[in-house]
Amino acid sequence: MGESQVNTETKAYEPKIAAFLCNWCSYAGADLAGVGRFQYPATIRTIRVPCSGRINPLYILKAMANGADGVLVSGCHPGDCHYMSGNYVARRKFALIDSLLKHVGLEEGRVNFSWVSAAEGVRFAEVVKGVTERVAALGPNTGVFKVDGGGTDE
Amino acid sequence: MNSIIDDIRAAARQLLADGKVDVVIGYEKGSLPLKSTPCFLRSPQDADKLIWDETCENNLATYAATTAGKKAIIAKGCDSRALMVLLQENQLVRDDLYIIGVSCPGVIDKNKIEAETGEIIEATITDGKVSVKGILCDKEYNFTDVKDAYCQTCRYPNPVLVDLKIGGTVEAPQSDFSDVLALENNSAEERKAYFKEQMSKCIRCYACRNACPMCYCQECFVDCNAPKWLTGGVDTAENLLFQTGRALHLAGRCVECGACSRACPQGVDIRALSRKVNKDVKEMYNHESGISEDIKPALNVYSADDPEEFLVKE
Repeated sequence: MGESQVNTETKAYEPKIAAFLCNWCSYAGADLAGVGRFQYPATIRTIRVPCSGRINPLYILKAMANGADGVLVSGCHPGDCHYMSGNYVARRKFALIDSLLKHVGLEEGRVNFSWVSAAEGVRFAEVVKGVTERVAALGPNTGVFKVDGGGTDE
Repeated sequence: MNSIIDDIRAAARQLLADGKVDVVIGYEKGSLPLKSTPCFLRSPQDADKLIWDETCENNLATYAATTAGKKAIIAKGCDSRALMVLLQENQLVRDDLYIIGVSCPGVIDKNKIEAETGEIIEATITDGKVSVKGILCDKEYNFTDVKDAYCQTCRYPNPVLVDLKIGGTVEAPQSDFSDVLALENNSAEERKAYFKEQMSKCIRCYACRNACPMCYCQECFVDCNAPKWLTGGVDTAENLLFQTGRALHLAGRCVECGACSRACPQGVDIRALSRKVNKDVKEMYNHESGISEDIKPALNVYSADDPEEFLVKE
């Protein structure tokens, strides 16, 4: 994710957003958006995870270290978790991650959390639009976690 | 504190002589002034090596899980809280543990003194006064002025879990999270600059991790090769990734002993991160780690109405 991406037609800056989607709800929601042909910006790079409870805080930090301009984390609505409590325990983690990242000076809107169910294809498109707008407004990632040279020597 | 040490020594001697424990983990005099060092006693004759004063700064719970056999541990308030969390996380067996609890009036932050006097050549502690002979100057301090920052806000100076309590109790100081609030009240840009400056000092020696009683992962994420979380390069952003990653691993587990900050050779303000997380855990989930056997770690449980302010506004 080295250089920033530019739309070939409009020459406008397009952010790259790492999207961690839970397999059972948000990933299916993204799928539904695709099947239903609801348009949303092609800014997200989807990473499918088994459950939002599987998301390690380091995933979010490392995505930004590697140069992602934004991060979207999405799972089932509370109460709808395929594994009963995965998103409940994730919710506690997310609240702490969000608060700490803002505390160390990360811009508001770089890291985004949302609940999207498998039936919310339209809403998924809306969430991605909203997140893309926010991240695009912030511009390319020059933030506190961006490691020069991409953060990986592999 | 000095009648306490006789009782500690007697208790250690007795435990070893009776064969109740294989090892007593305590403090002995270190090779540098104002430094103690953890020691592991295996015979009753060694009990006289033990010391107990304001330099006993290590968290001995760090050594509990890695020391084989039945062990007795000399525990301050924070050590006992750490032991409690380790027991909750099934890292220790209660029957193998004999906790000699001692109330703690706080420990000395040696870095604070050395910032003024230079390297300490000689030091004595008597009646709440610390007399220091340093390379740059000699100075006498009140103990309360050079008390570690963590100890100044410590709400649990008395051990929470003991088999044998030695000495009296210490009054817990009133404290809030005003230190975190002071930083929070700064603008995001100021905080960013502050942490950038702090992280630029970090040399990622991992002394903080090694001193921490809660950092017991068999493979720490910083040592992990696949995936490679950290590249090993010199980079402020990576230092911040390490420090925030570690702070988040300790969320709802940190007992605020301050072993990390005192172990830091660079004077990085690790406390700013851990206190922020602890404040959030307290405010959001009303949880303090290691204060009771019945309270489960904050991130192991949940409630249907946990706060959700972190969600994106649509």
